[in-house]
Amino acid sequence: MDIVWFLVLSAFIFCIGAAGVIVRRDPLVILLCLELMLNGGNLALIAFARMHGGQAGQIFALIVMVIAACEVVIGLGIIVAMYRNRLRIDVDEMTELRG
Amino acid sequence: MWFEQVLFFIAGTGALAGALGVVMLRNPFYCVLSLVIHLIMLAVLFLLLQAAFLAAAQVVVYAGAVMVLYIFVVAYIGGEDEAVRPDDSLISSFGPLFAAAIGIELCFALIGTGLESLDTRGADVGPGFGSPGQIGSLLLRQFLVPFEAASYLLLVAAVGAVVLARRRRGLEEEPPPPPREGPPETLEVRL
Repeated sequence: MDIVWFLVLSAFIFCIGAAGVIVRRDPLVILLCLELMLNGGNLALIAFARMHGGQAGQIFALIVMVIAACEVVIGLGIIVAMYRNRLRIDVDEMTELRG
Repeated sequence: MWFEQVLFFIAGTGALAGALGVVMLRNPFYCVLSLVIHLIMLAVLFLLLQAAFLAAAQVVVYAGAVMVLYIFVVAYIGGEDEAVRPDDSLISSFGPLFAAAIGIELCFALIGTGLESLDTRGADVGPGFGSPGQIGSLLLRQFLVPFEAASYLLLVAAVGAVVLARRRRGLEEEPPPPPREGPPETLEVRL
């Protein structure tokens, strides 16, 4: 397969994720859509690594996976804290950052 | 050759379907399951790009560990979500338009690029390209500082999550129990 098909697929995945971040309201699903965007970027990084024949792009993708895991942990911690404080789990109603 | 194309078609379709499922489905639990399918299909695509270690890490770490975390939180919180924003139609129509604009722009960038080797199958690589041994030796030799920084970042994130989500006793009072909504104690019977 040509490399360009992988890049087109990664562009589509990124766009679907971006649309989900805008359209959805549940912060859990917004985090899932952020994962989609990061995975689109990962696919593009690995495709470029294959194109150049170097493995540095794969290291980048591995670091991006670590970043995504950290983001998930913090985001889910915030959602659990919202639930504990009996706030509605809805990003439209969370308009201020206050403890 | 044809096997590779068939595999790309199947995995690409599965990845796109999983991504659409994450955005479209109502129940957050089904969204998480759809993302698991998407991640496994992406791992197949990584294998096609000769990134064997990353494919394994994707399945084990992402689809295995991170998604279990999501499922725990979904089971803890529960509830359903509207698939799109119901009331304000402006932002729910703006989102797909925005995504389509990004997609068209990225496709133009891919068409108008000067990279000639995009239309090839990539550079000739050895048999061990992307294997765990080569990735590991790169991580411990050339990319040692990012590797250590990533490990510290994981540690900081874990501690931060514990601080964020712990139960704060003593700082806030327990709310009064909700009023009972059962049938009244006495029933007046009229004959």
